[in-house]
Amino acid sequence: MFEMARGGDNAFGVYVHWPFCAAKCPYCDFNSHVHRGAFDEEDFVTAYETEIATLAERLPNRTVASVFFGGGTPSLMAPKSVERILAAIQRHWQMDNRVEITLEANPTSVEADRFRGYRAAGVNRVSLGVQSLDPDALAALGRLHTVGEAVAAVRLAQSIFERSSFDLIYARPHQTLEAWEYELTEALALAAGHLSLYQLTIEQGTRYFDLYEAGKLIMPDPDLSADFYELTQELTAKTGLPAYEISNHARPGQESRHNLVYWRYGEYAGIGPGAHGRLLIDGVRHATVDEKMPFPWAERVKARGHGMTLDDALNQEEQGDEYLVMGLRLAEGISPERYRALSGRTLRDEQIAELTGIGFLSQLPNGNLRVTDKGFPVLDAVVADLAA
Amino acid sequence: MTPLKNIRNFSIVAHIDHGKSTLADRLIQNTGALDTREMKEQVLDSMDIERERGITIKAQTVRLEYNAADGEHYVLNLIDTPGHVDFAYEVNRSLAACEGSLLVVDASQGVEAQTLANVYQAIEVDHEIVPVLNKIDLPAADVDRVKQQIEDVIGLDASDAVEISAKTGLGIEKVLEAIVTRLPPPEGDPDAPLKAMLVDSWYDAYLGVVVLVRVIDGKIRKGQKVRMMATKATYELDRVGVFTPKLVDLGELGPGEIGFITASIKEVADTNVGDTITDDKKPCAQALPGFRPAQPVVFCGLFPVDANDFEDLRAAMGRLRLNDASFSYEMETSAALGFGFRCGFLGLLHLEIIQERLSREFDLDLVATAPSVVYEIGMTDGTMLELHNPADMPDPVKVDHINEPWIKATILTPDDYLGAILKLCQERRGIQTDLSYVGSRALVQYDLPLNEVVFDFYDRLKSVSKGYASFDYQISDYREGDLVRMSILVNGEPVDALSILVHRSQAEYRGRAMCEKLKELIPQHLFQIPIQAAIGGKVIARETIRALRKDVTAKCYGGDATRKRKLLEAQKKGKKKMRQFGKVEIPQEAFIKALKMDG
Repeated sequence: MFEMARGGDNAFGVYVHWPFCAAKCPYCDFNSHVHRGAFDEEDFVTAYETEIATLAERLPNRTVASVFFGGGTPSLMAPKSVERILAAIQRHWQMDNRVEITLEANPTSVEADRFRGYRAAGVNRVSLGVQSLDPDALAALGRLHTVGEAVAAVRLAQSIFERSSFDLIYARPHQTLEAWEYELTEALALAAGHLSLYQLTIEQGTRYFDLYEAGKLIMPDPDLSADFYELTQELTAKTGLPAYEISNHARPGQESRHNLVYWRYGEYAGIGPGAHGRLLIDGVRHATVDEKMPFPWAERVKARGHGMTLDDALNQEEQGDEYLVMGLRLAEGISPERYRALSGRTLRDEQIAELTGIGFLSQLPNGNLRVTDKGFPVLDAVVADLAA
Repeated sequence: MTPLKNIRNFSIVAHIDHGKSTLADRLIQNTGALDTREMKEQVLDSMDIERERGITIKAQTVRLEYNAADGEHYVLNLIDTPGHVDFAYEVNRSLAACEGSLLVVDASQGVEAQTLANVYQAIEVDHEIVPVLNKIDLPAADVDRVKQQIEDVIGLDASDAVEISAKTGLGIEKVLEAIVTRLPPPEGDPDAPLKAMLVDSWYDAYLGVVVLVRVIDGKIRKGQKVRMMATKATYELDRVGVFTPKLVDLGELGPGEIGFITASIKEVADTNVGDTITDDKKPCAQALPGFRPAQPVVFCGLFPVDANDFEDLRAAMGRLRLNDASFSYEMETSAALGFGFRCGFLGLLHLEIIQERLSREFDLDLVATAPSVVYEIGMTDGTMLELHNPADMPDPVKVDHINEPWIKATILTPDDYLGAILKLCQERRGIQTDLSYVGSRALVQYDLPLNEVVFDFYDRLKSVSKGYASFDYQISDYREGDLVRMSILVNGEPVDALSILVHRSQAEYRGRAMCEKLKELIPQHLFQIPIQAAIGGKVIARETIRALRKDVTAKCYGGDATRKRKLLEAQKKGKKKMRQFGKVEIPQEAFIKALKMDG
């Protein structure tokens, strides 16, 4: 049995948000912007360095377990920019000797050309937005790469980086179970140690949302969607990549340490436009959010040293709720004692007994409570029952 | 004191929207009681709800001074009666305080069911009736046809009906002359002991309880010690006067006159409509006939959405009852809905008004259970008990028989919808007593069990007739019925707030409809939920809500725990709007919606 990757309540992670994309995908509601015209990347990166310095003053003596470049599309960054940001992190904080440094990348050939540069800058893990291995689906999802490019990029990444992962989106309009089985089998053959498999979700403010509202996008009904989920669990488990989180699969030991920091409700600093943080300051957990718009964010950082527009101390109920919604996404579950320490209340025994009775919750040998594989497809309802 | 021969007491009888209030406004204006500046529309309807809905809840009086064509000066007392069948007794007493009525009919619409019910009540108290055709200026007005209708349907001579337009003021003078020349003056003996009728009463923040009276014999004076014959309470009168509609102190009212009195009366519940007021020392020999205490006929449970509002709800009900003695309430506990009140009403409109006032004036969110009627339960030991709440039904073994209230319903409809309406009445166990034609419209009379009507009969009638049918009813009698209590079980547990008494012949159909409705209303849970309708131990209908299969957020954006937490907070808030029942959460609206029949 492998030990699960390190991370958790005393681990510290740094999230770096790069907000730019070459094009906006119709399903995506993340903080991404397509910029046109001249752009001084060097100057923009200076704002990241400034924000890191400011945060480090508030959060002294941390050891960084992971850094994650997310977006947007961080693979549009010059390797030099990545290097400068990592250097700034290293200047202000101690780096764990096993630090995981992940960069999200799009699998186009242009971006693959920069992989070696990122490796040289210190990145040791990439996560590729492949999204589909079906050419028609790629076009429908508005992706700019081909299947061939994606496969080549995955193979290249595997040869350059110690660890890598890629994302797929499934339960798409018109997708059949058979087609997904074929696609996922191919993906599993291609995958190294980690795979993220997300069911397509219609988010407000996206083009897909408008199409869906207009009745022009037919999404799978809850039954079919549940069947998709079950098929996915079955195939991944059989291939040795079980779900360690609702949508994330890894060979044991290959989990994303950075994401574990979130899900174990650890401490993380958010750097860059729209980045979220959870900071532990004098024993009080703060929720922070940075200004979303890239250039106003940079202006703000220049003026005040940071880009935060929100910095709220969370009360006990809020912390308890966040621990539940994040922690119960994991197969390792949550610790009832930690929930009590965070929220100041205990989970109701009769509620636990009821959910356990119908097979949606189970107690692990270490005392943790987890939502079962059967319960994962209805996780949100299970969490609401527990939290109520 | 005005000489009897110069007094005319009258009311106005009309269907809603036929112009009763506008005519009243015009009469007030034309006699100069208020100038144009003081006039606001529908002067007599003082409550917001009255003005908005165009209905009158409390009786109001206005004393008009009129110099007639014959050179004499007259006092005209108009009593604006409550305009709805729920207040039938109050209407009856208001009418009994007058000698005549103006029957106002919209010349473009013609006679409606409500017109009929009201005019029959006026005839019952021996009124002289003057037909008035309103809205004759409208292009659709058909004066001859409507006159013919009045003669055919009501049996009144309409040849000298007064033709007016209350809106433009056309013909108002003719109405005033008709009141003086065609309605009889009141009779009475100024020297006899005081005998006055309590017409209505209400609570005024400045004056306390204000009582409307009609003096029959004798005089009523400021300072006089009077006795209410039904309650036997005595009061010393503080003020005696009239409304013009402004309040004017007169100090004394004589026979035939209508006005108000105030005394240190604490609440409206101390005054009973129809009671006889007499002198404490020199009482009259006999009370006026026709008095009866207010009787609620429809009951429903009202529960606060937020259990913390219970005390506020209790206070609000107390405040409402200050002004409306016909509304009753007592505490009730429901396993499904927690603490609340079982409330009694004069009818469905009354129920709606109270509910609306509680939410509007007191800002309370309420869950209302399905209305039910008052059943008489004949027990095997020979006793009789009144059942206000189906949940309190005694053990069927001890029940010998059940009586339920019936109504006489009058429905007037364009011929096109007659078939659908007859079908609806038959479905609701109706017994047809009459079917005739008024021009191209059918006049149908049915005896119907009230429990088939209280819930959604009126909605269904409107829907099958596209809004063209008009409906009115009067409570008639109690009849024995083959009634059974149907319980609803959700996940095997009986839900008390959903149990109803239903006729055996309807049980299966109603049970199936309720189960289907609940299936739509109760959200999916993590487990399968059976919904059953049962009589005693026997299940007569069943539906199943399938277990939830998919409810999970696939992806969360880089560490954005806030968004997930907000979602959870919204879910938790949603759950607070549900009622936990066993393991199942039932949305509050389910308790009332489950009983609606979509037909």
